[in-house]
Amino acid sequence: MIKFSKRQLKTPKMQRPVYLVTGGMSKFGRSIPEKRTEELVIDSFVEAAKFIDKSPAELKEYIHSCYYGHFADHFGDQLLGESVIHDRLGLDPLGNIGIKTGGATGGSTLWEAFKAVASGYSDCVLAMGWERMDEVPTDEGNNYIASAADKDWETPLGHIYTGYYAVMAQKYWQVFGKEEDSFRQTMAEIAVKNRGYARMNPHAQGPMDITVDDVINSPVVAYPLRALDCCLMSVGAACAILCDEKTANELTNNPLEIHVAAGSHTLRVADRRDMEIPLLPNESEDMYKDLGDRFPGGDRYPGFTGFLAARMAAYYGYRMAGVIDPTEDFDLVELHDAFTISDIQTYEDIGIRPYGEGRTYVESGDCYLTNPKTGEPGKLPSNLSGGLIGNMHAVGATGIMQAIEVGQHIWGRWAEMHEPQSKWDLFGRSKPDDWTNLQVDDAKRGLAISHAGVGSHVTATILVHPDHQLERNES
Amino acid sequence: MSTNDRGTVKVENGRYRFKGKFHYGYPNDPIRNEDGELMGITNPRDLTHVHMYGGEAPFFEGLGQGKLLGTRCDDSNCEANGSIFIPFRIHCPDCLSKNTIIDMTETAQKGATVHTFMITERTGAFNTLPKPIRFVNVEFEGVPTILMGYLSVGEPKIGMKVVPIFNTTNPTYTILDLSWVPEETNETELPEGFTFG
Repeated sequence: MIKFSKRQLKTPKMQRPVYLVTGGMSKFGRSIPEKRTEELVIDSFVEAAKFIDKSPAELKEYIHSCYYGHFADHFGDQLLGESVIHDRLGLDPLGNIGIKTGGATGGSTLWEAFKAVASGYSDCVLAMGWERMDEVPTDEGNNYIASAADKDWETPLGHIYTGYYAVMAQKYWQVFGKEEDSFRQTMAEIAVKNRGYARMNPHAQGPMDITVDDVINSPVVAYPLRALDCCLMSVGAACAILCDEKTANELTNNPLEIHVAAGSHTLRVADRRDMEIPLLPNESEDMYKDLGDRFPGGDRYPGFTGFLAARMAAYYGYRMAGVIDPTEDFDLVELHDAFTISDIQTYEDIGIRPYGEGRTYVESGDCYLTNPKTGEPGKLPSNLSGGLIGNMHAVGATGIMQAIEVGQHIWGRWAEMHEPQSKWDLFGRSKPDDWTNLQVDDAKRGLAISHAGVGSHVTATILVHPDHQLERNES
Repeated sequence: MSTNDRGTVKVENGRYRFKGKFHYGYPNDPIRNEDGELMGITNPRDLTHVHMYGGEAPFFEGLGQGKLLGTRCDDSNCEANGSIFIPFRIHCPDCLSKNTIIDMTETAQKGATVHTFMITERTGAFNTLPKPIRFVNVEFEGVPTILMGYLSVGEPKIGMKVVPIFNTTNPTYTILDLSWVPEETNETELPEGFTFG
């Protein structure tokens, strides 16, 4: 589909508003041999219940249907794993369904849960995601992940998914990064930032105190990507409870309005045909007239440099929530930093910066909690959880983890969930002596982007404090 | 595992005829921690899947014959009418009518360029390509899509002219039967079994 019809571009209009009431997470690790997946799922559910001062049994009484995000059946070696989880959570005979959209599975799970409440089917739903990627050696894990590419046209080529994305990275690096050392430094800054923020997160699997040089000197995975540019492979679970307004207010005095939108694009990047750039509310056609002059080779859209699915998730999601300019309207974002360079590409797809200028979001210091250039608060801090690079990528849980992290900032409860020594002890992790509270002051609205591989599926989850809703154009 | 009795399949009268073994089971082993406590078990197995190419079969057969086949939408009512698809698409993604199979070998031999590339030493289990792998994404004159493949000779560069080579000697009937080399590569430099078609 090259051209979109008006009907296809309609802003989704829900039957009623939907609220995020609570969420919880397990520990995340490269391997957690002492626990079954079901135990990790229960850990996350118990945390969610406790967050709103309920017992798990009390919270379960509200739930009416369940949405389970688990990407890779073959990693778990259990078909219908959702049914096992549902039983262990003691939620029979409620209706439940499994959701899988690759790396975006967590976000897609929220999307389905959101629609179930918005439609009126359920007043309270569970969105639970997990992944267990530690029960095969890494090379077999890479083969499993590569099975999510086209099995006849791509997977036989090395059985390595990173490679299918790396060709996009190479194109972006040459066209928009112009192969500049300064661009390479900017990529590395993202890895340093996210691993550094992960140090303050007891759930996080990959905290590191490193420098730009450490990243640039780490082993090459697929040039220009190096080991420290890449995300983690993880085990863990995360869950969220979504409700209608009445039920939300019964469960908590502080629910957050949630909007979720989704986009997609071809599984094989090879099949992507050219099109005009679908514009976000803060963009105009004029902005891109000379894109090919400024960045030779950059006039082919989306080509190998843009993620149309991310653009479309933002296209629908921003209009649903009344977002005009993401940098002004959001107070923080959690982005799908599978690779440092894909993080930069996403800044452009979701309108934080215009196409071609993604790097300036990092270089300006806007993406930090405290802008290192000015010492003032960053305009739009990103991935304070540590992201996929520093925190985790337990695929089915990732998009849900991101939303919970954003929510905890808006609730003003980030420190409460990340500081207690008891939590660090429970997870067997040392709390750093220089532990710092990353709470974003006065956070009102935030965004989480959940993304699959080379961009086959992307969701945008927007959380808004009900007292700070944006004006929506209903046309 | 012995491969002497490895399973083979034929299709006769629209049905699969299986011959030989398609799965091998092995006993489980316990997994213990350093204190000798039971943590879990291994679940070993080997199995063979069967997979049909359906309408794409001519493409994979063509590679072993030195041909690069694509398809074209010939539906005059479709906005994509005349669009050429490589990767080979059985149906037009816009109107869903059945595409016409066309031979793209000459087009690829005359005007294929590297759109982007990557080089990696890392591979997943079951990889059979020599490392490092040099992925190339190849664009053709007049074709809106960009085919992914691998370069067998030289170092890739964006904009470089390449030509297809084919495993015509001992085809695997997979996408690996198609590879690319820089224009003006000598036949003697090609990997074993590969020809210019």
